[in-house]
Amino acid sequence: MSVLVIAEHDGKQLKPGTTNTVTAAAKIGGDITVLVAGHQCAEAAQAASKIAGVKKVLLADAPQYAGAVAENMAALVLTIAGQYGHILAPATGFGKNFMPRLAALLDVQQISDISAVVSADTFVRPIYAGNVMATVQSADKVKVITVRATGFDAAAEGGSAAVENLAAAPDAGLSKFNGQELSKSDRPELTAARIIVSGGRGMGSGENFKILEALADKLGAAVGASRAAVDSGFVPNDYQVGQTGKIVAPELYIAIGISGAIQHLAGMKDSKVIIAVNKDPEAPIFAVADYWLVEDLFKAVPELTQALS
Amino acid sequence: MKVLVTVKRVIDPYVKVRVKSDGTGVETANVKMAMNPFCEIAVEQAVRMKEAGIVTEIVAVSIGAPQCQETLRTAMAMGADRGILVETGAADVQPLAVAKLVKAIIDKEQPKLVIMGKQAIDDDSNQAGQMVSALLGWPQSAFTSAIAVNGDSADVTREIDGGLEKLTIRLPAVVTTDLRLNEPRYVTLPNIMKAKKKPLEVLKPEALGVDVAPRLKTLKVEEPPKRSAGVKVADVAELVAKLRNEARVI
Ligand SMILES: Cc1cc2nc3c(=O)[nH]c(=O)nc-3n(C[C@H](O)[C@H](O)[C@H](O)COP(=O)(O)OP(=O)(O)OC[C@H]3O[C@@H](n4cnc5c(N)ncnc54)[C@H](O)[C@@H]3O)c2cc1C
Ligand SMILES: Nc1ncnc2c1ncn2[C@@H]1O[C@H](COP(=O)(O)O)[C@@H](O)[C@H]1O
Repeated sequence: MSVLVIAEHDGKQLKPGTTNTVTAAAKIGGDITVLVAGHQCAEAAQAASKIAGVKKVLLADAPQYAGAVAENMAALVLTIAGQYGHILAPATGFGKNFMPRLAALLDVQQISDISAVVSADTFVRPIYAGNVMATVQSADKVKVITVRATGFDAAAEGGSAAVENLAAAPDAGLSKFNGQELSKSDRPELTAARIIVSGGRGMGSGENFKILEALADKLGAAVGASRAAVDSGFVPNDYQVGQTGKIVAPELYIAIGISGAIQHLAGMKDSKVIIAVNKDPEAPIFAVADYWLVEDLFKAVPELTQALS
Repeated sequence: MKVLVTVKRVIDPYVKVRVKSDGTGVETANVKMAMNPFCEIAVEQAVRMKEAGIVTEIVAVSIGAPQCQETLRTAMAMGADRGILVETGAADVQPLAVAKLVKAIIDKEQPKLVIMGKQAIDDDSNQAGQMVSALLGWPQSAFTSAIAVNGDSADVTREIDGGLEKLTIRLPAVVTTDLRLNEPRYVTLPNIMKAKKKPLEVLKPEALGVDVAPRLKTLKVEEPPKRSAGVKVADVAELVAKLRNEARVI
């Protein structure tokens, strides 16, 4: 039995979820092959070859894999899918985009967002915004799976897998990639950060997020947000934590001016320690907080930053 | 051009779902149901495109129990022209089967654009739209936050983990909606009345030649582990002390 893991990367480095996906693959058992597809991504393939437990790395380097356009990614994986019993990718915007396409082409029912492996055909996955955990068994010949990174530890370094080239599939020519607008930040990535400071509608404006950023910088933290803060235009969409945003589980999650709607809790309630600051003593966020403070955030946040200096 | 939208009937997003005591599923008796929020965004998008003169007809499709007719009526009250229900009884139809049914309807209806939600908020699968587009061999734009149709192609913006992505996709294509594509309108009473007179066709999966048997078997469902109760702190000084000495995270 062999498992294929499809790596998410930026051409040079692997994205955080990839090594967690390798851990999920190891729990399934069998030889692990990692596919690195992209344009000018040999460096990422080298990084993948160093993950402990990886037997082989396949490198597909061609212009049509820039941006990991779904049609081309699915077509590429299809050329080798027959060799594997399981095909895994991180349940991030990357994996969610092309994996269902691959599953449909293989005529299998994808298993989305698994948070635990019970056995080679049985998995646990959250449904209803994480309010319910379902244990599901797949009867399909090939298991196409996306993996929730927070359910698995990152695989260690220490491997030395061989890197082989994989021939590109023809460009599907269905869509044209016109580029990405990535938000630039010197802070850690949300899904990799040890500490996250998140702001909600209570922040009042994008300008006011500066006080959160000052706190984040003191802690070496990433900055996140609720949907309300994103929809109000305070911060970009990629800050959103929740059922339909990013799923995070840092060591410390600090929720500021966030009420704690189920869709927000879905993205952060597995954090190790949660603190919440809200002026409403009834805010539902307090139900998941380890420590909470009922106070105006415009008073509490600068004080907190000060206290950490 | 003709647009096809899919609308799923789900438990209202603001209802706290409860697991049945025998662990076979979630409680649905006397629970408030609603149109999946991402499907509302899909319908809204189609209606706006019709109002802008780009779209001539909107067909709404729902798959599931007879009560999905209500969901289709809501879509028609928002502005869809007609509805198609694929009635499947009580068993849950998994995304691959949903995709096959939607494809079968697309084969008959020949829309130029298909707009689906990015995910159903009950199963949280996030699959059906990408699957429909794969089965048709059409381009896809998943997690879309902007669409501009230009003749035989569309310029789309997608929400990705690091920000935004831009694609030009050939039509026909499948688009799935993200939260920021638009803000759905409320239905008005006159439009609810009008929707009652719009055509609604009911089909069976067999008539479309699709096997809807589930591929994934749910062995059990349970509640996630509860977090232990936390403590309220009096002020920032106490909070910092707790973080340093008790939680030891800073
Ligand atoms: C399909 C769907 C998907 C969704 N996905 C997500 C998702 O992924 N992520 C997400 O976050 N949400 C999501 N939502 C939205 C969610 O339901 C809530 O609307 C949202 O999380 C609310 O954000 P908020 O807590 O910032 O705003 P609000 O609920 O308005 O809360 C603001 C809080 O700030 C407090 N406050 C205000 N001023 C101050 C002050 N000066 N000092 C201290 N506290 C203050 C208030 O007491 C209040 O508790 C989704 C909703 C739907 C329907
Ligand atoms: N039973 C259904 N009826 C109508 N549309 C559906 C159904 N199931 C899924 N869909 C559509 O497919 C999208 C993705 O669903 P899912 O893959 O289940 O998360 C939803 O937002 C709907 O637009």
